[in-house]
Amino acid sequence: MTEEIIIAGFGGQGVLSMGKILAYSGIMQDQEVSWMPSYGPEMRGGTANVTVIISDERISSPVLTRFDTAIILNQQSMDKFESQVKPGGTLIYDPNGITHHPTRQDINIYRIEGARLAAESGNPKIFNMIILGGFLKVKPIVKIENVEKGLQKSLPPRHHNLIPMNIEAIQTGMNHIETANQL
Amino acid sequence: MIDIQDIIKPENLVYEKSSLLTDNVMHYCPGCTHGVVHKLVAEVIEELGIQEQTIGVSPVGCSVFAYNYIDIDWAEAAHGRAPAVATGISRLHPEKYVFTYQGDGDLASIGCGEIMHACNRGENIVVIFINNAIYGMTGGQMAPTTLLGQVTATTPYGRDAKLNGFPMKITELIAQLDGTCYVTRQSADTPGAVRKTKNALKKAFQNTRLQKGTSFVEVVSTCNSGWKVTPVEANNWMRENMFKKYPLGDIKDI
Amino acid sequence: MAEVKLMKGNEVIAEAAIRCGCDGYFGYPITPQSEVMETLMARKPWEETGMVVLQAESELAAINMVYGGACCGKKVMTSSSSPGISLKQEGLTYIAGAELPCLVVDVVRGGPGLGTIQPAQSDYFQATKGGGHGDYHLIVLAPASVQEMNDFVDLGFELAFKYRNPAMILADGVIGQMMEKVQLSPYKPRWTEEEIEKISGSWALTGKKGRERHVITSLELDAHRQEDFNKKLQAKYRKIEANEVRFEKILCEDADYLIIAYGSAARICQKSIELAREAGIKIGLLRPITLYPFPTQAIAEMCGQIKGMLTVEMSAGQMVEDVRLAVNGRVKVEHYGRMGGVVPTPEEIVEALKNNFEL
Repeated sequence: MTEEIIIAGFGGQGVLSMGKILAYSGIMQDQEVSWMPSYGPEMRGGTANVTVIISDERISSPVLTRFDTAIILNQQSMDKFESQVKPGGTLIYDPNGITHHPTRQDINIYRIEGARLAAESGNPKIFNMIILGGFLKVKPIVKIENVEKGLQKSLPPRHHNLIPMNIEAIQTGMNHIETANQL
Repeated sequence: MIDIQDIIKPENLVYEKSSLLTDNVMHYCPGCTHGVVHKLVAEVIEELGIQEQTIGVSPVGCSVFAYNYIDIDWAEAAHGRAPAVATGISRLHPEKYVFTYQGDGDLASIGCGEIMHACNRGENIVVIFINNAIYGMTGGQMAPTTLLGQVTATTPYGRDAKLNGFPMKITELIAQLDGTCYVTRQSADTPGAVRKTKNALKKAFQNTRLQKGTSFVEVVSTCNSGWKVTPVEANNWMRENMFKKYPLGDIKDI
Repeated sequence: MAEVKLMKGNEVIAEAAIRCGCDGYFGYPITPQSEVMETLMARKPWEETGMVVLQAESELAAINMVYGGACCGKKVMTSSSSPGISLKQEGLTYIAGAELPCLVVDVVRGGPGLGTIQPAQSDYFQATKGGGHGDYHLIVLAPASVQEMNDFVDLGFELAFKYRNPAMILADGVIGQMMEKVQLSPYKPRWTEEEIEKISGSWALTGKKGRERHVITSLELDAHRQEDFNKKLQAKYRKIEANEVRFEKILCEDADYLIIAYGSAARICQKSIELAREAGIKIGLLRPITLYPFPTQAIAEMCGQIKGMLTVEMSAGQMVEDVRLAVNGRVKVEHYGRMGGVVPTPEEIVEALKNNFEL
């Protein structure tokens, strides 16, 4: 199994940390992982993206232009990455702020109202965990218990009290992802 | 008839060369201030008994070969970088006495950044600054401290503020930095001045022992070769012109 | 088994430095490697191992602090990225000229000038051919994974002290910024004063006690003596070239064509090789791990088997010159590169293969 994922959105949306939690979860089930971010002045406010690869085998290139899954959280990222999903691949997006919805017919497309759900919960910080939940619903490549272990590894101990809330957010995401185009 | 053996008896000894000065013949021009200051540095290190704990950093300039004359461990730094090299040594040998020995071109021009920041960090080092208002080794070009109107190889019509800017009182700038504990300007043109400079150097090395931060000792100096005058004329010119711009005395002592 | 962590290449440099018993790090912030010093400052190794970490006022100062620390026989290092490494060339030629050991990490970004902050390999010439003035070489290690970022810190220091020569880890923005699994090395204590005396006692500045004074300098006004010193340096480089070449071969046994690439480009090329082999092209990869000394012999030996070689670099073609010298006209050698911070895709490399060798 090899899953090549791009997560792309605004800086500050938790794009990089979502990728990191996913990568850590892969390690927890003894897989190879890589996490390659865009970096530089664009980090806050501008666009941010990260390529995460989880594989049973040694990972060759950490830099890719074709993805099994694209998780897209703003319009700029939609414009850039919709075309980079492999035929038969998966595109997951938050429709909030999206004016040009994806049109490809050769990929699976899912919608998740992450921003709205996070705002309704009163805690906008769990946005990225809701999105991660949606992803894990359609691509269950890592087990929830390994995500929990990954959170324990990647969060400093003083934040471990936040783990149940994060797991709950993942469940919320799993319950609210909707199919927009099914092959 | 007195025999030579009677003269060189220990009880007749009134002056001797510091044991830390090597027997290498100095390359400095006759009349140069470097030789006197080298002697003082050697004497101070010897008198404080810190030869085994002292590491010197020599600059680029006339005193590039300082390591040939004082019998301690030395590193030779790139032009202007001695304070950074001394920082590296001092941080890794915090118990040692580390000093730089730099001229005006090295310290105030190309190494202006390094000296400012080493002093600002309060590196526990001694800086010995020989200010003779000229680049000696490269053949007498203008230095940051060259006086207005002073003729050098690159100011053949005299230093002109419009063209070359103003003489730089870097020691006063250094004194503004909180990392420095002792900033003084001395000279070596009379026996009294030499004694004062020696006392200043001794205080500076004692400050290192007390971990007080950076001690900065400027010695207003002559370069009779670069100035194209005799040694005596050089001393007179220094007193008449340089002391006005660079007045002697302690600027800071805390 | 050592604990597996998920870390950025830059963070691993910092962690590996602490663990290998490094005595001092002197740095200046520059993208894309600022995490090295940030990680060190957050880790506070001065409380743990006694390692000194200092933010210098400039790259010039940082490398000269390294020079000062290296003079003392201590394990000292710095890190920077391309424009900063250009500033450090002055210090590096003095360090090479004074035959001092130290470690320099260069997380390369696109140039020339201020350039971009994106990954590049356009500083190969600067790293492997000296970089500053005078006839000298750094020992250059090119990591292709976060794990090698860990491993090469210790290896770099080992080689630096073995040959009294500065060593460089030549990474790039990809290797510095990406996170991968890494097994950190076990802790080694910093050298004691007695150990330093044993290893570097014949030259290090430790205070003149019961011996002749030690002088660290690269100055010699007598041309003939300076030539003699240069001959000694060159003899050392021949020894390094004979003993320290490191490279990796992937899928070369049955290969008709060969890609030669290092660092992150080598990783991308591994994907290209997967794609090319799916299309029936028998291709292998030779990855130089040491860029100086360069695996000249290993490349020359491939000439009998290989119909064509393609170097892939994130540059206009720098390493390709060394490959052509190794091949010496026996096989067609072509270059494919992207510049200025653009990272080539695995697919375009396959296209370049097909176009260059009419496959």
